[in-house]
Amino acid sequence: MKYAVLIISLVLFCFKSEIKETKTSQAFVTELSSEDLKVLNFNELESYLSKKDANKTYVVNFWATWCAPCVKELPYFEQLNANYSGKNVEVILVSLDFPKQIETKLKPFLKTKGLKSEVLVLNDVDSNTWIPKVNKDWSGAIPATLIYNKNKKAFYERSFDYKELETELQQFIK
Amino acid sequence: MKNTLKMILALVVVVATSAFTTVGTGYDIGDIATDFKLENIDGKMVSMADYKDAKGFIVIFTCNTCPYAVAYEDRVEALNKKYADKGYPVIAIMPNNTDVKPGDNMEAMKARAKAKGFTFPYLMDKGQKIYPQYGATKTPHVYVLEKTKKGPQVKYIGAIDDNYQDASAVTKTYVEDAVDALLDGKAVPETKTRAIGCSIKV
Repeated sequence: MKYAVLIISLVLFCFKSEIKETKTSQAFVTELSSEDLKVLNFNELESYLSKKDANKTYVVNFWATWCAPCVKELPYFEQLNANYSGKNVEVILVSLDFPKQIETKLKPFLKTKGLKSEVLVLNDVDSNTWIPKVNKDWSGAIPATLIYNKNKKAFYERSFDYKELETELQQFIK
Repeated sequence: MKNTLKMILALVVVVATSAFTTVGTGYDIGDIATDFKLENIDGKMVSMADYKDAKGFIVIFTCNTCPYAVAYEDRVEALNKKYADKGYPVIAIMPNNTDVKPGDNMEAMKARAKAKGFTFPYLMDKGQKIYPQYGATKTPHVYVLEKTKKGPQVKYIGAIDDNYQDASAVTKTYVEDAVDALLDGKAVPETKTRAIGCSIKV
């Protein structure tokens, strides 16, 4: 019985994501212009945490507008994105802002700051399940950052300044 | 002269090892937790040793300024209401550096506790000596302790429940399940859980 439920939900899930994919391509142009944010659950976010582009290094930062040390280090991630985007480095900023504050806080924040890096919103309350999937040692405190490419993966439960961040990144792109 | 040298060396060793044990490690399940003597919002000092009749404690590192901690305020109060009389009172400890987060200073803590009607002690980790020993990294961060002959033993570390956004949509009440199990003399079903929280400000 348990298996039946699992299989049905799996089939439904695949079906659902297929529909979504076809929709995304149509909605692409409008999405960009209306400044809409992608709000994802962890299953949907997971593809961003292990992208398969062989030549790229990804810097994924977990943050929120209410997290002061996160906001403080955002410019360094932006700077990194600007300085290294031509060198196959991509910065992804994963916001953990509460869903009810996306319109009132996050969007106005993004508008004022004019962030160039890709911003996603993770909305998944079952953090006990997904935190260890990001990294087994992550206690759940933010800011936290994941850097990875096809050869290497590292996780940092800490704040960065620009120099520290660049030093870590250098170890990936040598 | 030799003796002084020896003493200095011994001191260095002690300082070095204590530094290692406090940085980034903290307690695991089964460890004996240290007692503390911290100032409460009423000006009195509070220790676990003051609670002669308690069977254990729900120690929660929390603060005023973290949205996750705020989201759990009513649930922390409910935990104390439910379990203080059964022998597991809540003791809340505010671990942040108040120079960095003035919104967490003693005056602000008093105001918040009054506004929310906290019935549990809300202590200031002055000097930030206690939270590193426990290994707390964020607010809220819960430690359920059971009194044993050796001292308060760590039985659960982690989140309050599995839904910070909506108390009515919670499916797993981790802390309640842990305390209920201890009250029944059973093993805690899930001893460690994780949740997003605000890093403790140093």
